Amino acid sequence: MTVMTYADAAKAALAEEMRRDPLVWAVGEDLGRGGVFGQYKGLVEEFGPDRISDAPISEAAIMGASVGAAMAGTRPVVEMRFADFALCAVDELVNQAAKARYMLGGQTNVPMVIREPMGIWRSSAAQHSQSLESWYTHIPGLVVVVPSTPADNKGLLKSAIRSDDPVVYLEHKNIWGVEGDVPDEDILLPFGKARIEREGADISIVSWSAQLHVASEAAENLQKKGISAEVIDLRTLWPWDKEAVFSSVEKTGRLLITHESVAVGGFGAEIAATVSEHMFKALKHPVRRCAAPRVPISYAPPLEDMVRVTANNIVDVATTMMDSGN
Amino acid sequence: MVLRYGAIEKEIFLSSSIPVNFDVERYFNHHKMMNRIRAFEETAATANNDGLVLGAIHLSIGQEAIASGVCQNLEKDDFLLSTHRGHGHTLAKGADPQTMMLELLGRKGGICQGKGGSMHIADFSVGMLGANGVVSANINIAAGAGHAIKLKGGNNISCCIFGDGAINRGPFLEGLNWAGVFELPVLFVCEKNGFASTTVTEAMTSGEGGKQRAQSLGIPAEEVDGNDIVEVDECVRQNIKEIRSGGGPRFILCNTYRLHGHTASDPALYREQEDVDEAWKNDPISKCRDLLKNAGVLDEDLKGHQTDALSEMQAIYNRAKQAPWPELQLAYEDVQDSGDPREEAF
Repeated sequence: MTVMTYADAAKAALAEEMRRDPLVWAVGEDLGRGGVFGQYKGLVEEFGPDRISDAPISEAAIMGASVGAAMAGTRPVVEMRFADFALCAVDELVNQAAKARYMLGGQTNVPMVIREPMGIWRSSAAQHSQSLESWYTHIPGLVVVVPSTPADNKGLLKSAIRSDDPVVYLEHKNIWGVEGDVPDEDILLPFGKARIEREGADISIVSWSAQLHVASEAAENLQKKGISAEVIDLRTLWPWDKEAVFSSVEKTGRLLITHESVAVGGFGAEIAATVSEHMFKALKHPVRRCAAPRVPISYAPPLEDMVRVTANNIVDVATTMMDSGN
Repeated sequence: MVLRYGAIEKEIFLSSSIPVNFDVERYFNHHKMMNRIRAFEETAATANNDGLVLGAIHLSIGQEAIASGVCQNLEKDDFLLSTHRGHGHTLAKGADPQTMMLELLGRKGGICQGKGGSMHIADFSVGMLGANGVVSANINIAAGAGHAIKLKGGNNISCCIFGDGAINRGPFLEGLNWAGVFELPVLFVCEKNGFASTTVTEAMTSGEGGKQRAQSLGIPAEEVDGNDIVEVDECVRQNIKEIRSGGGPRFILCNTYRLHGHTASDPALYREQEDVDEAWKNDPISKCRDLLKNAGVLDEDLKGHQTDALSEMQAIYNRAKQAPWPELQLAYEDVQDSGDPREEAF
């Protein structure tokens, strides 16, 4: 084990995979200087500018060329800089990468990882702060990964690079500097396998990415009020670990889902619907969501904070769920 | 069919009305391929009229010299990316027309297992990485296939054919710039057939067009008569040679005319019939046949190309009509490795 940051854990994963497989390469704006968040720092020195490649500000070409390079036998890791900018390359991701294998009758795979730094990052405003993970879960062909810890960012990125499916890999900008123990060995985390962050008996709280840490803080506060919350980190949204959620709800009878992204049409709705369809009788209280209002993200900190889902919000909703219900 | 000459020796004809160093056998083969493409498209049109083609198909009748002149000059391990109007390109790259026709009819044995149809035909076994339903989208993908060649160190190239409508979408700028910046082995071929769907392309294009735009990005660009198989073939051959020797990307603008409507079901009433009649006089296959006749090739052999091609494609169509639908479980296969696509669906 080595203590490292979320950003460095991903860098270690990429470097290990590039040493292992010469067909792995990374491409995106500013990579030659280590990337805008430093998550590629030092890699160009080891692997050279062909494999840690700069790119013009051409998101559609970065994504589209990587689709072609993947179909022609390499394994590109695509850096989109901000999840918001990846919207300039939606045709290339949704119409091309996600569908090529199916549409061409299984003649090809498109093994590429699309790294999209997402989420609220103080005063970055509406075009540099979005969390759009639920969009991608709606697209057949894509894998959607949302790591919350340094260890997961290593293990999941390595699996993503080895995946033959296109993987939308959403790292949260606000936790680049979070430190944690990271295994030194060749750790590969499977997709669709959740992690129980904290065990509990009264209520299940499901989350992912940076919001997982908010959920943990809420669980800590709930404990002080005598409420035992189980916190589940989904890690990946497609595929997602239904079994882990089901068995937790079986135990607690209460489910709260929290995510930083907008509540309406968010992935929390998918989880709520699935649990309602399969486990209605196990529920002691209707499923609840704690997620963002449907407004763009502001620049001024007090306004920005108005759309942030806090630990207090979660505690309030969870407490209500304990007090009332069936 | 073996190349045969008339009573007069080949050398005598080389001194008359045909180009210097005219390689008769080469153009005899192009003539044959152009006829096969024409016959495929005419048979596809018949299948469309018969109601057996299930989605939209886009015919390349009148543009066969570009398909043959470009794709027959590619090696099997060269990559080809095509357009929604891509039957001819695919055939000339070496794909089996039987599996293509099965795909058009959505039947078992189709090259994409009946999951793509005309606009997604691909044959990876001959380096054909796909037509595309999104105009211009393959330009970036072709640049990326070229990028993979550069990274892997191969001597093959990537070739992208697109229409004149594609030059007004972003990937034209981004993909050509990309190929230029990374000095990739990519041949860009613009088939200027005059129309972007049902709109006259020039009415919606500012400036001088694709060639000048390519040149502004530092990519050497040439313009040829796309209905003249000799011009296309020679220009393509020379450019491929330069690309293979490390010269970076090249661009060729091929002027042609779309003799049929946007789709096989489009009567194209938005243009004057006399313009179409005039364009037929410039039919690339007739021009090639005249050239070969002047070179002494027997007319019956040239006519044989046409009749042979028509019977080949008719037989293919007849077999396709008899084929069953694809196995139903294919609907859920090849989506992705992770997850069950049927989850929560019904």
